[in-house]
Amino acid sequence: MNSGREVSDGRLTVEGFSVAARAFADKWKIHNQSFPPWSWVPLINRTLHLSNQEEGYLSLEEILILSSLEESPEDESLNVATDCLEKEESVDHTILVQNQENEAHYYDFHIVYSSSYKVPVLYFRGYCSGGQPLSLDVIKKDLPSCSVSLLHESKWTFITQEEHPYLNRPWFKLHPCGTEDWIKLLSQSSISTGCQMPVDLYLVSWFSVVGQVVGLRIPLEMLN
Amino acid sequence: MANEAVKYVWEGAIPLQIHLHKSDVASHPAPPPALVLAPRIGYLPLLIPHIKPYFKDSLPPGEDSIWFDYKGVPLKWYIPTGVLFDLLCAEPERPWNLTIHFRGYPSNILIPCEGEDFVKWNFVNSLKEAQYIINGNCKNVMNMSQSDQEDLWTSVMNGDLDAYTKLSPKLKMATIEDDFSRKASLSSPQSRQGATEMDVAGQVKTARVPVRLYVRSINQDFENLEDVPEIDTWDDISYLNRPFEFLREEGKCFTLRNAIESLLPEFIGDKAQTSGEERSKDDDTEEADGLLREMGEIKLARIQGIEMKLEIPFSWVVNNLMNPEFYLHISVLVKAPQR
Repeated sequence: MNSGREVSDGRLTVEGFSVAARAFADKWKIHNQSFPPWSWVPLINRTLHLSNQEEGYLSLEEILILSSLEESPEDESLNVATDCLEKEESVDHTILVQNQENEAHYYDFHIVYSSSYKVPVLYFRGYCSGGQPLSLDVIKKDLPSCSVSLLHESKWTFITQEEHPYLNRPWFKLHPCGTEDWIKLLSQSSISTGCQMPVDLYLVSWFSVVGQVVGLRIPLEMLN
Repeated sequence: MANEAVKYVWEGAIPLQIHLHKSDVASHPAPPPALVLAPRIGYLPLLIPHIKPYFKDSLPPGEDSIWFDYKGVPLKWYIPTGVLFDLLCAEPERPWNLTIHFRGYPSNILIPCEGEDFVKWNFVNSLKEAQYIINGNCKNVMNMSQSDQEDLWTSVMNGDLDAYTKLSPKLKMATIEDDFSRKASLSSPQSRQGATEMDVAGQVKTARVPVRLYVRSINQDFENLEDVPEIDTWDDISYLNRPFEFLREEGKCFTLRNAIESLLPEFIGDKAQTSGEERSKDDDTEEADGLLREMGEIKLARIQGIEMKLEIPFSWVVNNLMNPEFYLHISVLVKAPQR
């Protein structure tokens, strides 16, 4: 194993993830100020009483999304609320959570390291202001349309509902199978030595792809 | 390679006594509990077709959303039944008394299960993950034909070891060997799917084994397992889905203890091998070492219902006691470090 400074096979070590996560959070804070910052949540294992300083996950919570009826194809980003203007929504009687007028959807995003796949994994959940979780049917209305069609094709292998690895609650997860491969492709197009990608940039590159699935875009400056 | 131990694992079953939750009882008198034998390697939702007939006349009108609880703790349906039993019943309860609900699914706590498909995909996704860990990729599972995948799942559902044994070679899982069989297999490198990492000489270096560790921690010693307090919530259990990684070395044999301790390095065992963090900044290095010695202790490790001797070679444990999705599930009871 190398020192963890560079990634050449699309995978991350757990130490590499910590480094990449902090670098990602720092860049986000600087370049993406329309969003709140990501925070690092250390894994304090309640049962085992000891905290493992090195391990943790990134958390971005309470992102307010306003559902709109029409999404223009060029701008498939989430309509993150910057003011309190609410849009009218249609009431769909088939969904589990009644989407009332002026109902806001909140989203939490966690970037968690998978020791099985050795890559980061995006977990997310949606809820309304009362805290009631949103079903996938409702969440689909907030997702970019290409994600929704991919969801239809790969019901069980793209976005799955699974238990959060640490929180004992159901979350949605973007399946990590294949991450390693497209990260390798990304690193082949990065300048440096051959196929090396500096660890600091791993999560930024990763999120530039993965974030789009859930409609979160990152400014190009972050990729420098 | 269906050997005797694997047969015992596949035949293992837990007698269940299933009680209908009182809020779901719409008949008088309330129905008696159902008695079902649950395969250890199976999953609770697969038993529903056997259980529902007992209760269908007693249910209130409406749609079913079925879930189980043990002493108030909702049961995670995607954990194999045998693992749930080993983990939640320190002192094995026979029959195991569970409560079944047909309404009020706790969807804020449990992921949904709306039929056999959900259980099947949970199995397939776990199998993919296990294959990724063992082989370094999951292409064999992905490339399996739809009907082979179906048949594999059906063999697990039915507890049909013969059918499973015929199909599992298609997965081409690299085997986890102990030192003795390693020498034999090195002579035929083609037989290895090995995405175990190889160095220039082609010698196998690092291997990874899929493990799911369920850890319960208690604060004091106990005389009998009956004295172990019950679990109130899943927050009382630490779940670690983390592969055991090891460097193959000549003459080195890993025990079950080695494997568990390496997965919980901050808790048990040799502290020196874990974090690279400097503790020497502290003047109290000696004292710190003394405190570190007050480590936790593995009181009990259960796999497939067997209370394991920790010195058993880990490769034997994996090869014989893993579940059909190639994961080794270990329920561990530890005594927490005293502070």
